[in-house]
Amino acid sequence: MTALLDGVSWLFILGGAFFTLTGALGILRLPDVFTRMHAAGMTDTVGAGLLLVGLCFQAGDVFIVFRLLLIVALLWFTSPIATHALAKAALHGEMDPDLAGLSDPSRGGEPSTS
Amino acid sequence: MGRTIGLWILLFALWLALSGHYTPLFLAFGVGTCSVAVYVAVRMEILDRESAPFHLSWGVVTYLPWLAWEVLKSNVQVARIILSPSLPINPSMVHFKGSQKTDLGRFIYANSITLTPGTITTGIDDDDFEVHALISDAVDGSEENEMNRKVTALEGAGAGH
Repeated sequence: MTALLDGVSWLFILGGAFFTLTGALGILRLPDVFTRMHAAGMTDTVGAGLLLVGLCFQAGDVFIVFRLLLIVALLWFTSPIATHALAKAALHGEMDPDLAGLSDPSRGGEPSTS
Repeated sequence: MGRTIGLWILLFALWLALSGHYTPLFLAFGVGTCSVAVYVAVRMEILDRESAPFHLSWGVVTYLPWLAWEVLKSNVQVARIILSPSLPINPSMVHFKGSQKTDLGRFIYANSITLTPGTITTGIDDDDFEVHALISDAVDGSEENEMNRKVTALEGAGAGH
């Protein structure tokens, strides 16, 4: 039973770590602030969510599970508001989103050779 | 009045779950704290359908698991884009029409869009949602329409109360 719980726990924690790492990689690879926000959104929704659910299987106490799930709920309710505020601030600061696919030749195909 | 009592019960349940000490002294502290918090909320007149949306309780029970699954699916999609060497992004600003009637419904829809990776709501003007999308062909698909429909149903479920 403990082995099974550990296995499930590992699965969730590794999944969370994967999405967090990929989100961080996305912040480095994507071109502008708006596209990077999409990558950042991965870390705090599924990244943190899977990590915390994985920890729930290690808690062994229903009260601790409840507290961990409260943290997930808090993140899921607050992170879109923070993301929206960031996007709004960037637009307000007259930062134009980098539109038209940068590496997608099917869309306009304007090579960024300025 | 129902809303006031509901908030008190909810706060006290949260206190019980988080405290872990069930001696009379601590329970009395809990009762006192919750009462003061509810009293302040009533005095400030911030208790209404928006701040304590109990009428949405049942709808949320089915909506949240669905949303979680959608978020997971689009996370996989965005992860695949980031990890692919050619970085096949196609950023664009798109506009959605939301069919929600209330501000609370629009708020839930806008936040659900933002929570789903690949789309961020940057502005709302009545029923018009301005959305920044990482790949434009991912947004006009049926998924967003389904989300719109589900949020409207969630909002409408409590309209009679």
